[in-house]
Amino acid sequence: MSKGEIVLGCLAPHPPHLVYAENPPQNEAFSEGGWETLRWGYAKLARKLKTIDYDAIVIFTPHWQTYIGTHFLGLPEFKSKSVDPVFPNLFRYNYDLKVDVELAEAMHEETAKAGIITKMMRNPDFRVDYGTITSCHLLNPSWDKPIVTISSNRNSHYYSNEVMIEQAKALGEACMRAIEKSGKKVVLVSSHSLSHRHFVTEAPLPEDMSREHIYNHSQYVWDMKIIDMFRQGQMQEVVDIMPEYTEQTIAETEAGGLIWMMAAMGVPSYPAEIYGYQSVIGTGNCIACWDPNTETRELVL
Amino acid sequence: MSEDSPILFGLYVPPHPQPLLSPDANSGYANLRAAFEKCRKRIEESDADLILVYSTTWPSVVGHQIQALKESIWTHVDDDFHYLGSMPYNFHIDTEFAHEYCSAAEKRGLHARTVEYEGFPIDTGSVVALSLLNPDNRIPACIVSSNMYANRSETIVLGKAANDALVSQGKKAVVVVVSSLSNRMFTEHIDPSEDRIHSSKDNEWNEKILEFFADGRLEDLSQLSREIHGQIRVQKVVAYKPAWWLAASMGQHNNYLGEVLAYEALHGSGGAVIQLTPSSGSFGDKEFDEDDVEYYQGDRNVLNKGNH
Repeated sequence: MSKGEIVLGCLAPHPPHLVYAENPPQNEAFSEGGWETLRWGYAKLARKLKTIDYDAIVIFTPHWQTYIGTHFLGLPEFKSKSVDPVFPNLFRYNYDLKVDVELAEAMHEETAKAGIITKMMRNPDFRVDYGTITSCHLLNPSWDKPIVTISSNRNSHYYSNEVMIEQAKALGEACMRAIEKSGKKVVLVSSHSLSHRHFVTEAPLPEDMSREHIYNHSQYVWDMKIIDMFRQGQMQEVVDIMPEYTEQTIAETEAGGLIWMMAAMGVPSYPAEIYGYQSVIGTGNCIACWDPNTETRELVL
Repeated sequence: MSEDSPILFGLYVPPHPQPLLSPDANSGYANLRAAFEKCRKRIEESDADLILVYSTTWPSVVGHQIQALKESIWTHVDDDFHYLGSMPYNFHIDTEFAHEYCSAAEKRGLHARTVEYEGFPIDTGSVVALSLLNPDNRIPACIVSSNMYANRSETIVLGKAANDALVSQGKKAVVVVVSSLSNRMFTEHIDPSEDRIHSSKDNEWNEKILEFFADGRLEDLSQLSREIHGQIRVQKVVAYKPAWWLAASMGQHNNYLGEVLAYEALHGSGGAVIQLTPSSGSFGDKEFDEDDVEYYQGDRNVLNKGNH
């Protein structure tokens, strides 16, 4: 068996607004569109994904929040309806997805060996979180690849952003070892926004783009700083600045997804591909990917 | 009870699923379960028209959300404690009250909305509370969210709006706050028989809060909320809000009969079942130094003004 590898790492934000705006048949709500900069960016990244040979998507989600260790989906299928508790008017999505349980168990085992508290989730009534569904739908609308969902252990809440970084690094490195041993080709997905301050009111028509803008200029400047570092391939610097960035922008990086993905990928020093940046109800959202293959890596935006 | 209060009594209950799913795993969980049972009987023996739940495990972002789906049916599974089992529920919601509460909140300057969607994910705390306190749906219920950005004035006004809506509809209610006391759990899986409060500090603060509750000093607890948040709450949200909402809905004073029915550890956090009943006697004379608020004026935009 050849050594497994990570063939792509994606930063894939999950505002349910983006699925709502697409009007896929799985979602009950209907929209007139909206947030095209992000949706078109997602469409372009989804096209790139179609050109890549891979076996599974492994996604780290902030919306399966666990306080007792890191949990992995551990049943082969999940079929139900996901209703966003915050935006139920936008997202009521009927999902039917497959899980690569073998890979999940391998990651669980490697993670436990690294001293991290872990748990397999094997309750068939469990409802898969909307972060997983939104990011996976937009990256792979045909849902023709199995996924592994990893919960986000909330070390930022219990300890500090620094502790979150250390644990997310250890988790990423453990997942990488599991992937290598599995012989599989894997796409990693870190599902989250950048700056994460929301407006607490919503326009009567949520997709009214005349009402959409970043929450404040400070959030915007910080987001641009981070994205510029993505472009420059300065991911170690991003890791270093993460505690300050997360605190200043209430960033969704607090869950540890980006650090997890960077650690698993060996902290890339090559430029990220940027597919778009736009605010959603005030939060800052960037679609980006890190392509380890120099032949397919490109300058997108 | 007070002659003019629409709230017969208030309950403070924990959100964790152990009392519902694994009461026999630990004598403490069984004590909490027994306390829930006692409250269930008291609700049944009351002439309440409604159970109104304020849940700290239902965070909202866009204003304040109020559950309004008449038949709320699903099977819930907790994010952390999924291995304890599933929680099927079928709750009867007082839709008319939900809309009245939403309207009352808007009249007081809040952004609020009802949610009426099949499959809406009712949170663990609400599922546990309503499953144990009202298992046969004898009384319709309503649930209100806890906005993650809301602080004191917004929460006080939200509590007053609940009272407004009850008065407007002439309904008697039991109000239920779903919240831990100290909320730091152990970060590893434990043998339930070895469960205990996470630290001595958390336990001491919990005991002090329970003294206040037992003395009926609800407004004193409301005034102490910021201190409680700093001392024993994991900083997931901006503030410890349950006492604000409870005091604002029931009455901002210390004239209550307090009864602590159980206090136990729930995976390290402090779980208590407490009843507060309006009375004519008062205990406590803390100086109240936080202003009351009747109408939510919105953000003051302090940061922007500082630039001019």
